[in-house]
Amino acid sequence: MELITLRGIEKTYQMGDIAVPVLKGISLAIRQGELVALTGSSGSGKSTLMNILGCLDRPTAGEYWLDGQEISTLSADERALLRNRKLGFVFQSFNLLARTSAIENVAMPLSYGAGHLSEREARERAAEMLTRVGLADRLDHHPAQLSGGQQQRVAIARALINRPPVLFADEPTGNLDSKTSEEVLQMFERLNTEDRITIIMVTHDPKVAGHANRVIRMQDGVILDDAPPTAGANPNTPAGAP
Amino acid sequence: MMLYTTARTAFRTLRRNPMRAMLTTLGIVIGVGAVIAMMEIGAGASAALKKTIASMGANVLVVRPGTASSGGVSFGAGSTTTLTPEDCQAILRECPAVRNAAPMVRARTQVVYGNRNWVPNAIYGTTPAYLDVQDWSILAEGEPFSDRDVLNGNRVCILGQSLVRELFDNESPVGKEIRIKNIAFRVIGVLTPKGANMMGFDQDDVILAPWTTIKYRVTGATLSTANQSTATASDSVNTLSNLYPAVKRGLYPEQSSVQQADNPMPVRFANIDQIMLAANSSAEIPLAVEQITGVLRERHRIRAGEPDDFNVRDMAELTRTLSTTTKLMTNLLLAVAMISLVVGGVGIMNIMLVSVTERTREIGLRMAVGARGKDILRQFLVEAVVLCLTGGAMGIVIGHGGSLLVQALLKWPVETSPAAIATAVLVSAGVGIIFGFYPAWKASRLDPIEALRYE
Ligand SMILES: Nc1ncnc2c1ncn2[C@@H]1O[C@H](COP(=O)(O)OP(=O)(O)O)[C@@H](O)[C@H]1O
Ligand SMILES: [Mg+2]
Repeated sequence: MELITLRGIEKTYQMGDIAVPVLKGISLAIRQGELVALTGSSGSGKSTLMNILGCLDRPTAGEYWLDGQEISTLSADERALLRNRKLGFVFQSFNLLARTSAIENVAMPLSYGAGHLSEREARERAAEMLTRVGLADRLDHHPAQLSGGQQQRVAIARALINRPPVLFADEPTGNLDSKTSEEVLQMFERLNTEDRITIIMVTHDPKVAGHANRVIRMQDGVILDDAPPTAGANPNTPAGAP
Repeated sequence: MMLYTTARTAFRTLRRNPMRAMLTTLGIVIGVGAVIAMMEIGAGASAALKKTIASMGANVLVVRPGTASSGGVSFGAGSTTTLTPEDCQAILRECPAVRNAAPMVRARTQVVYGNRNWVPNAIYGTTPAYLDVQDWSILAEGEPFSDRDVLNGNRVCILGQSLVRELFDNESPVGKEIRIKNIAFRVIGVLTPKGANMMGFDQDDVILAPWTTIKYRVTGATLSTANQSTATASDSVNTLSNLYPAVKRGLYPEQSSVQQADNPMPVRFANIDQIMLAANSSAEIPLAVEQITGVLRERHRIRAGEPDDFNVRDMAELTRTLSTTTKLMTNLLLAVAMISLVVGGVGIMNIMLVSVTERTREIGLRMAVGARGKDILRQFLVEAVVLCLTGGAMGIVIGHGGSLLVQALLKWPVETSPAAIATAVLVSAGVGIIFGFYPAWKASRLDPIEALRYE
């Protein structure tokens, strides 16, 4: 079943009198359980596309179907609810709340959800998530007391707290050294294979892209090619993936 | 439930930077503290004022004779003698708005006990109704004189506390005899202390006696001559008194002292100095004034269009003026306190705006994980309100402490007012909402992508 379908997505920024087209007709389909890497040179429109996929932004033209729902017609509040329930985000710069413990950082999205959890339930759920990313012994540490890799794992736990079917990561390893990058990527692979979470990540590192089972290359706002990775292919490619 | 969580989050956020939170809320602390102190001191002042007014007798009216004038020269209030005890009885009989009325004659002369003497502020000749009018019916000691004493012109009196102190060294005077202008009066009661009235007049420095006794045995004349210098100088010792007679010539042949003692007074022609009345309630004072005026005009046969030969004054006017003044002062100080609250609010707004800018990325993140605009709005609004309420709580403690300090050091009357505390809580929450709204609104309007990209 197709989780995400884009048809002729365009995004144009208006800079004064000049219209700057950034995305020029993107069409693609992503199935449930894929691990997709989005690559391309800087300025090719990867982040712009991710923002649209993540329902943070609306396309200028085109259709975006997520889980059987047309997104571009939703109001801002409806999109916020959708982000909370169905989408997880991991950022290059972690974006953890300073001077706030790991467990509180992870529990934060729960306070915006529709189903209210009690304080205790929220903490239990957050602790469970942190255990899953291997930080069971760091619950009360503040971001400043954690390494970059650990911080990114806290961010992943936060993204997963509402058990979303899709996880978006914009250059998740951009601020990490190669060893911790590897840890984070292995975690992505595990989430993808064990929990069947669809992951879409932006990267321009071919080694990182090698962990994916599908690589989409972009250039100047269009998709250049869309294929399994050339080297070190992910063995868990779902059947039927292009 | 949801709000509680938000409030907890807000508290946690503020605790991350306690010094800044403290400084931000300082304006509110000072403003609320000032409001509390002002309201408590103001409430104390008006309570003290009410007590003073009550001690002067609630709902009291005074009828005094009018002005005599001759050839356009006015002699001032009380210069004619137009009031009679019958007027008093008529008022009592015919004015339903009047609760009680007492005729009064006044004297001011020396009082002697043993080897001590004293000139009290006033010697009032009146009836037992006076005690009721003045709310003074409960005596410290002894008994009040009776209507029979008034009828018979008995030489009995009640002393105020100051006289007990001056003449009796605070020993019980009941049953002892004092002399007023060489006439022996038996002390039968002692008044409870009342203290000074609003004009600083010592209300305890007074002797009460039956008006008949004072009028016919002590003064023998009206108020205009009934003071120390003229009344006592009228004795034959003073040779000038023949030249300038101070004693008015009587209408009837003079009685011998035996006759006078046996058959005291031609009551019909007696004049009194004033009538003291109590209205049923302060609301009925205007009605009482109207009724009294009607009765007296009729009795004095004053034709329509002619001026009254008496005037009715009510204390309410005086007390109203005084309480208006206190209220005005309190309101003025309150306005100043309110201004400092506004200044405090602007401080809150300023820091909240800084905070929104500083936390732009946090806002972007919260929006990315599902916060709606209104969630962000509520978060910042609650933060501002929590900040203000914390400041308000500190302000209440400081203001209350301040007013207690004022009470201890300056001996000002102070009254703790729950209304002031409730107002302070509401006002500080209000300041938080009003001045926190704009920054919170700004935060809620941020674009998540731009907020996340903000450096
Ligand atoms: N808010 C914006 N206003 C105008 N131009 C923008 C805006 N955001 C991105 N762009 C432009 O869109 C292009 C693609 O940006 P982006 O998607 O961030 O590229 P990348 O592939 O490096 O993530 C860039 O040329 C950038 O200048
Ligand atoms: Mg980018």
